[in-house]
Amino acid sequence: MKFILMMGMKTDKESMSKLIMTWPKEDIQAHIGFMIGLNKELKEAGELVSAEGLAWPDQAKLVRAGKDGTPITDGVFPEAKEFLIGYWIIDVDNAERAYQVAARASAAPGPGGAPLNMPIEVRQIMSGPPEEVQ
Amino acid sequence: MTTPDFEHLLRELTPQVLGTVVRRFRDFAAAEDAVQEALLAAAMQWPREGLPANPRAWLTQVAFRRLADQIRSETARRRRESEMVHEAAHTVDHPAESMGLEAGPNEDDTLILLFMCCHPALTSASAIALTLRAVGGLTTAEIAHAFLVPEATMAQRISRAKQSIKNSGIPFQLPTAEERALRLRAVLHVLYLIFNEGYTSSSGPSVRRGDLSHEAMRLTRIVHRLQPDDTEVAGLLALMLLTDARRLARTTAEGELIPLTQQDRNLWDKEQIAEGVAIISVTLPKGSVGAYQLQAAIAAVHDEAARADDTDWPQILALYDLLSRMSDNPMVRLNQAIAAAMVHGATKGLELIEVLKTDARLAGHHRLDAVRAHLLELAGKRADAIRHYRAAAAKTGSLPERNYLLTQAARLASELGTANEEEPGFATTED
Repeated sequence: MKFILMMGMKTDKESMSKLIMTWPKEDIQAHIGFMIGLNKELKEAGELVSAEGLAWPDQAKLVRAGKDGTPITDGVFPEAKEFLIGYWIIDVDNAERAYQVAARASAAPGPGGAPLNMPIEVRQIMSGPPEEVQ
Repeated sequence: MTTPDFEHLLRELTPQVLGTVVRRFRDFAAAEDAVQEALLAAAMQWPREGLPANPRAWLTQVAFRRLADQIRSETARRRRESEMVHEAAHTVDHPAESMGLEAGPNEDDTLILLFMCCHPALTSASAIALTLRAVGGLTTAEIAHAFLVPEATMAQRISRAKQSIKNSGIPFQLPTAEERALRLRAVLHVLYLIFNEGYTSSSGPSVRRGDLSHEAMRLTRIVHRLQPDDTEVAGLLALMLLTDARRLARTTAEGELIPLTQQDRNLWDKEQIAEGVAIISVTLPKGSVGAYQLQAAIAAVHDEAARADDTDWPQILALYDLLSRMSDNPMVRLNQAIAAAMVHGATKGLELIEVLKTDARLAGHHRLDAVRAHLLELAGKRADAIRHYRAAAAKTGSLPERNYLLTQAARLASELGTANEEEPGFATTED
């Protein structure tokens, strides 16, 4: 079963003040090291389909089709409460294993090495047709 | 010989060659790598230089040489002599005849390999990957493609599976007679999973998905040839043939699901149906009836009906009654409820569903809602049917199935629209 694990970033003042760029160097390094280690672990377990980090939301655009189908872009949105900042797609035996991986990612170290306990949204990726019912 | 013929031959020979190499070197993981290399060498050389006189001996020798080279270089590194090298080097320097390779392949080797690859110590994902490579002769890239994961991920899965086999110390020999029946069930389960993966893997190129089903049928045929008296092996082969026979009819060209009752039966594979029916017909009277045989018998009853209306539902119900007595499986009971509805009317089916609603194993499962919706529609309770079709659509993990369920709800809703009833909304689990 494939799952997507989505890591979000809150945009309220308090969360923004705790952003990674304000951390001491060793905490940033520990955080990055943890993420690299997690990806390596998933790869070695034969479970990793892909993992990507997304560019900071500053440059994000919201696009809609105009009347003639041409893109109309809009800038960053002060009203947005959360942005997707990265995701993993994993192929695992069951949902419980996906939750385990999400919990590991959630506990990535933050300032002072304390676990961040970030919320990770876990969603199943839809599969092909089911077995035939006869 | 064309390339597909080479491919076919190579995959036929894979388990035989691997069996010989493992027998000699007693190291499954290293032997498996060496055989893969030999297969690659053959795939490069044979189309160019022609088929060797004895393809099996050719592959075995190349694999032996690879392993000997590997052991020799490791030994050189450690600066110490090993008896193994002498033996291996000696083997490679002599023609195939002296190695006894001219004698027919040891058929049991294929079975031993299957027992190893489908060992209960492995997770099913590992067992599937390893079986496809070591016994099926597929490359890691092909397996990765079929499961829509990166090649590196699949390579790790296979390498971990081999490590598990090594760590568990499973010997390369046939299990004892008592153990054998149990282990054979595990092999059949893995083959069944591979077959279903052909249908259910994430929506990728449909040709590839079909390949997995065909590979499962090919391997099950081999097991059937090796164990002709095992009725469940025969039952599984028949079930695969009879189910796969409807492959072309079960979806539209765009991949939309078509339920059994609405399929164009002209598209069913008549030859495959005839073969499946023949196998299950000689197997059932042998008396040792199991779940695969009963499912095959049910598939045969469906496949033999020229039109959906001709389906012998009383016989299908009788088979489901037997099946549900054999295993306490709530999915079997759901299908039994459908069969009961077709024989005794929708109300009877809905009564059976009422009992199943309390089964914890079905809690939150979309099939319960889907079957209820279908039976409610048969009973003429369209508003209730819509709510359950929608609830099932919200719960399923299959995209084509969600589209199908939503379409059913929409169809009923448009029929109801003219009757001007209230918007049915969603069914909750408590309904």
